[in-house]
Amino acid sequence: MTIKQSDHGTVPFWRDERYLQIIAQVVVVSALLALGYWLTHNLLTGLEALGTPLSFKFLGLTAQFDIGEKLIDYSRNSTYLRALTVGLLNTIKVSFLGILFASLFGIIVGIARLSKNWLVNKLATIYVETLRNIPLLVFLIFLSSSVFHKLPRVKDALTIGKYAFLSNRGIYITWLTPGQGWGLYKWFLLIALVAGIILATIKFKEGQRTGRMPLYWLWGLGLFAAIAAVTWGLTLLMAGNPLALNVPYKAGRNFKGGQSLSPEFMAIFVGLVIYTSAFIAEVVRAGIQSVSKGQREAATAVGLTGFQTMRLVIFPQAMRVIIPPLTSQYLNLTKNSSLAIAVGYPDLFAVGSTIINQAGRAVEVILITMGVYLTFSLLTSVFMNWYNQHTRLVER
Amino acid sequence: MTTLSSSQEILPPPSERKTLQGWLLKNLFGSVADTILTILAGSFLIWLIYVIIKWILVTAKWAAVSDNLQLYMKGQYPGSADWRIWTLMILLGLLSGLAWGIYLKRAEAVGWVLLIVVLILAFWMTILHRAAWWKLVAVDVVAIAGYFLGKQFPEKLKRPTYILMLLYMPLVILMIRGFGEGGFMPLVTTNLWGGLLLSLLLAIFGIVFSFPIGVLLALGRQSKLPALKTLSVLYIELIRGVPLVTLLFMGQLMLPFFLPQGISIDRVIRAVVAIIMFAAAYMAENVRGGLQSIPKGQGEAADALGLSGYQKMTFIILPQALRAVIPVLVGQFIGLFKDTSLVALVGLLDLVGISRSVLANADYIGRQLEVFAFIALIYWVFSYGMSYSSSRLETALGVGER
Repeated sequence: MTIKQSDHGTVPFWRDERYLQIIAQVVVVSALLALGYWLTHNLLTGLEALGTPLSFKFLGLTAQFDIGEKLIDYSRNSTYLRALTVGLLNTIKVSFLGILFASLFGIIVGIARLSKNWLVNKLATIYVETLRNIPLLVFLIFLSSSVFHKLPRVKDALTIGKYAFLSNRGIYITWLTPGQGWGLYKWFLLIALVAGIILATIKFKEGQRTGRMPLYWLWGLGLFAAIAAVTWGLTLLMAGNPLALNVPYKAGRNFKGGQSLSPEFMAIFVGLVIYTSAFIAEVVRAGIQSVSKGQREAATAVGLTGFQTMRLVIFPQAMRVIIPPLTSQYLNLTKNSSLAIAVGYPDLFAVGSTIINQAGRAVEVILITMGVYLTFSLLTSVFMNWYNQHTRLVER
Repeated sequence: MTTLSSSQEILPPPSERKTLQGWLLKNLFGSVADTILTILAGSFLIWLIYVIIKWILVTAKWAAVSDNLQLYMKGQYPGSADWRIWTLMILLGLLSGLAWGIYLKRAEAVGWVLLIVVLILAFWMTILHRAAWWKLVAVDVVAIAGYFLGKQFPEKLKRPTYILMLLYMPLVILMIRGFGEGGFMPLVTTNLWGGLLLSLLLAIFGIVFSFPIGVLLALGRQSKLPALKTLSVLYIELIRGVPLVTLLFMGQLMLPFFLPQGISIDRVIRAVVAIIMFAAAYMAENVRGGLQSIPKGQGEAADALGLSGYQKMTFIILPQALRAVIPVLVGQFIGLFKDTSLVALVGLLDLVGISRSVLANADYIGRQLEVFAFIALIYWVFSYGMSYSSSRLETALGVGER
């Protein structure tokens, strides 16, 4: 059906929706631009009046403060930029380890919440409902002040078979240190890793081709372990012990050797792991429950075992539901790591606020910090979009 | 329905009958692995309960909590102005009672549970020899009176209740803050607000003021106009990508710079602005979820009836979308209530902030465990209570199902 527009009665442009829309947008955008200009102008003139105009040159000045934990070389004489990098690396460290362990605990608790065993089920429910309903900050301060700083003194440190010590100076665990053969062995390890990945990929492809998916990751892991074990012996003969146990021991008022984990790190790490695992548990539970009952029954009917049902039928379908909220939990964990400032762990935000106090560069430091977190989250959402495109159900 | 003589009920097969033995066998000792799990979990639970009870009754010294109850509840809010808080509480009781009686004919159980919780609190107050117990009872009595009034005269009271609800928020600000020197409601500056009072106020302000902004942003994100859409998406993603702490610090340190020189705003308002900015972005995403859940046919039907874009939104789309997101909004409110604890990091004396200052007192050194257990309990009771009662209400009323 077509309506002929009469030539002599056109709609005037102020009644024409197309024009109106453009006009509305122009008005809104220019109003916002004006507001933005006004705010920025105020900011710049305000900073100017204080004698600290907006500039990032201060990043090159010496920081003149110490940072307790660092993954790269840093001293009082390093620059502010270096200090921020140390903080950033600490953030990445605690987030990475936190995500790893939170996923592990979360999956365990999530499966426990679906357990047929009434007691296990209820215990998992209590765990989840307790943690989800208290603020992370309260939990962190509690862990820091009542657990990790309340551990016994070095003199009466708790010990686990002499291989780990828990004291208020931190936790010292046995660690591996490179021995004489390490220079050689690390190449062997690399070869083992590559070989393992290649075998896993081959098995995975084979599974996709034949429709009988083998335990490809177990194959890869097995090959890796085998090569690693054989070359260990080889290295031992050729160049000496590749890795030595480094057991911590008491030395005066502190411990020596081993790997030390400070109370501050433990507080933020354990806090983030336990807190986030409660949320991940809910995500996992919802994901598994989203797979319809018929799928499980069908799997049982064709004779799959319980483990096979989980691996081949339930999990692949649950993953599609689990991954998006799981990623946002990972992102939450990363953002929540900024609460490290409450327990004294020098993450990006804590270092940033020290710089604010010392150099008075509030605006610049806040902008940098926000920019970094924003980058994390943008990277995550890029990944998420890719994943969604990848695993979307293809519907007719 | 089959007809059977009432004396002969069909018993389920023996394996399905509900007996204690059967229940135990099915739920706890189904297999060897199950039995081991049960024993492990059971002994852990018994040990945990033993440790906790022993700590609560024997080891813990509760002076740091019981001496400072007033501080935890309302910070340094002056005692002479206490009556304003209580008046507001009683008014709140009346309003909830009225609303319950008028709008919610079902789901009575939840209401009674809420009333009983208040009574338990009152009972606890009498144990602590606090005079406040009768005021709590008064809140309950007024709520029950409101409930029956509302049930009796739903039509007559609908309008006044509605107006009262709208007026309640401004009234809260007005009464908590007060005005002028002297007079019957002298000004109480915001630096005296604290404790649970401040935490709750921050959360309520955050959710109420972020609501309209969030709805606008959600509409902007759905809009066909490219400029509006880009701006909304930018704002939402920007805010959601940074931690709340950075926004709070921005509010405290940068906000003063954004305003013309000479204008200063107080710290609580700065925190509120940051919280509103933060909550609005999340609100927008929640509302968007609701907007997307409305079938396309609704909008098309509105178009077919000749409604304008504005009418279509306000009369057709938004009412349905907002109704659908009520459960999510309760969840967001709980999250925000927990998040308000972060204002302690910028030096406000909310529940966490006031606990820290109590612990700085030499009399209570080393009593962190007691204090943090106590405030964790407060947060837990509020959060769990809200999520529990809202989920019960949802099932009773079928919210989000239609």
